[in-house]
Amino acid sequence: MTATPASAPNILRRDQMSYEITHLRALESEAIHVMREVVAELERAVLLFSGGKDSAVLLHLARKAFHPASLPFPVMHVDTGHNFPEVLDYRDAMVADVGAELIVASVQESIDDGRVVEETGPRASRNRLQSVTLLDAIEKHGFKGVFGGARRDEERARAKERIFSFRDDFGQWDPKAQRPELWSIYNGFVKPGEHVRVFPLSNWTELDVWQYIREERIPLPSIYFAHERDVFRRDGMLYAVSDFVELLPAEEPFSASVRFRTVGDMSCTGAVRSTAVTLDAVVAEIAATRVTERGETRADDRISEAAMEDRKKEGYF
Amino acid sequence: MPPPGAATNGRPRAAQRTELVRFATAGSVDDGKSTLIGRLLFDTKSIFEDQLEHVEETSRRRGDGYVNLALLTDGLRAEREQGITIDVAYRYFHTPRRKFIIADTPGHEQYTRNMVTGASTADLALILVDARKGVVEQSRRHAFIASLLRIPHLVVCVNKMDLVDWDQEVFESISSEFAGWAAKLDIQDATFIPISALHGDNVVERSHNMDWYEGPSLLYHLEHVHVASDRNLRDARFPVQWVIRPMTDEHHDYRGYAGLVASGVFRVGDEVVVLPSGIETRIAGIETYDGPREEAFPPQSVTLQLEDDVDVSRGDMICRPQNRPIEARDVDAMVCWMAERPLQPSGRYRVKHTTRTVLAKADELRYRIDVNTLHRDEAATGLELNEVGRLRLRLSSPLFLDEYRRNRATGSFILIDESTNDTVGAGMVL
Repeated sequence: MTATPASAPNILRRDQMSYEITHLRALESEAIHVMREVVAELERAVLLFSGGKDSAVLLHLARKAFHPASLPFPVMHVDTGHNFPEVLDYRDAMVADVGAELIVASVQESIDDGRVVEETGPRASRNRLQSVTLLDAIEKHGFKGVFGGARRDEERARAKERIFSFRDDFGQWDPKAQRPELWSIYNGFVKPGEHVRVFPLSNWTELDVWQYIREERIPLPSIYFAHERDVFRRDGMLYAVSDFVELLPAEEPFSASVRFRTVGDMSCTGAVRSTAVTLDAVVAEIAATRVTERGETRADDRISEAAMEDRKKEGYF
Repeated sequence: MPPPGAATNGRPRAAQRTELVRFATAGSVDDGKSTLIGRLLFDTKSIFEDQLEHVEETSRRRGDGYVNLALLTDGLRAEREQGITIDVAYRYFHTPRRKFIIADTPGHEQYTRNMVTGASTADLALILVDARKGVVEQSRRHAFIASLLRIPHLVVCVNKMDLVDWDQEVFESISSEFAGWAAKLDIQDATFIPISALHGDNVVERSHNMDWYEGPSLLYHLEHVHVASDRNLRDARFPVQWVIRPMTDEHHDYRGYAGLVASGVFRVGDEVVVLPSGIETRIAGIETYDGPREEAFPPQSVTLQLEDDVDVSRGDMICRPQNRPIEARDVDAMVCWMAERPLQPSGRYRVKHTTRTVLAKADELRYRIDVNTLHRDEAATGLELNEVGRLRLRLSSPLFLDEYRRNRATGSFILIDESTNDTVGAGMVL
């Protein structure tokens, strides 16, 4: 166990304020409620775990929701094969610590099976291919409830997505035909072939996630903290030098102190310059930042104005 | 021991005491709602540079002639292309005191359905009125929905005061007309604020253009309105969500009833009754991952343990023996219809109420209410999309209900179409 404070640190004492609850505890409580609803109402659930901070929070909340029982669902990593090695180590350690079953859905296998065709060239990314791998895995395992760590503050299309986000037989999201979501009553009824993506962190902001990680002492992959790394500059962003990215002729690798603000594919996740080596320092930087995490560090959202919307319709996370 | 690859997170700092407040916004077409939200986000520094650059660039491309803060809230491609808002969008900003969730609902298309959705979780409703146009049909409708959903606080922003020369009389005449309507609706707390969303007057800072106005700015009001006391702390209600049975050696006999406290306060040692069985026992423990608690209150997610080994399952309700909800096989409710396919006379639906889902038959539509005039049409036989009426439902098995006006959590339900699985109605128990 890595995080067991003696008592909830954050419930205000009654003589101070009558039965008040801080915003983080209210968000936590909502997320736990959502997770329990899914397990109770949907036949087979799975938690998507990328090793990023949002999925770390999700896993932590899942552990809280079913304590002292173990997780009533497996954890699934959609593996592009272009991972940060630190993140894979972290994934395995966390899953072992929680005692969950790990399913790895491999984009490489989708490529080998001819389900998808890999992009080529210096700007090739497996980001978009993940949707096919993900949908295939959902179908193969018969998952009806699929937990993801997406937040509404991340991106404009996500701001309109429900907590229970219905997907049709093709795994598609239809933004114009979403089920109304009222009070805290969720409609998880699906037909064969359909499933629901569930986003317990919908109402969290990036800062909420970081503050919660700090309060709960949730372990994170080391790449979230400042470290020296060989990077190169492309389109105004810093990328890690790796076997998965071809450098363009003018791109010169150099060493810099950086941290990552999101965790995705090595080919599309940018780093930010930072000297923040502690969680407090990272949270202070995040609180002061003037650029969104996706705008700053995600090449996959820069493709077009509606990049996320288009991918979501295809079945993306 | 932290796993490899994990960094040391250091010691947690003192908890931040920020309170969560949810509000819904409603406005008519072109009354400046998107601009107001953009202004709130911008002035509280919740807009990031890349978002602002994006808006500036789009404004230039569209030839708006100014930085159109309204563009911040357009999410989907069709909305940007057609300049409309399709659906409820959720926005977030915070101040040192509070974190706000805005349910931003469009004023025109499917207005009722969307506003009802956004209003269902709101502590406060923010309604915009254009100072030049005064109280229009849509303003009245928005107030009606706020009252139907029993949003505890209403804020009416009279916007575009700059276009009426910051005239106090305009503001006061609109306020008093609106207040008259609000009184008919049994709205307890209505606050009126004259603003200019475009220029920022009375949004975050007090305006110097309206010295006659002595009230707070909108943000100050949002930060200080007392919402914690809106919860129902009297009637202990705990809908059982999930039974936790670890079946491990360590927790061999453990049975915990997981759920979110809907209302009231539960304490260890309390006498409780489990519905529908009616078996009485006591609370042996209130468990969480972070350790045991002495008490639990809304909206906490906890796990209750009971002294006696009683049979409890999902859908059961734990409450106090002397304070029980109504066990009902028939329910009278105000229902807002949310689907293209109208309410079918004697149609069959699923009703999901707290953690319990039963079948229901639409028994009788008592009347349909005209949301603009409050006129009750007793000759109506059905409900179309966006219509509201009083409906009697017959249930296949009982639900444990409270009046919605007393308890939003145990007085609300949704109707689900059996054939399409769509959520087709929102119900509030009378």
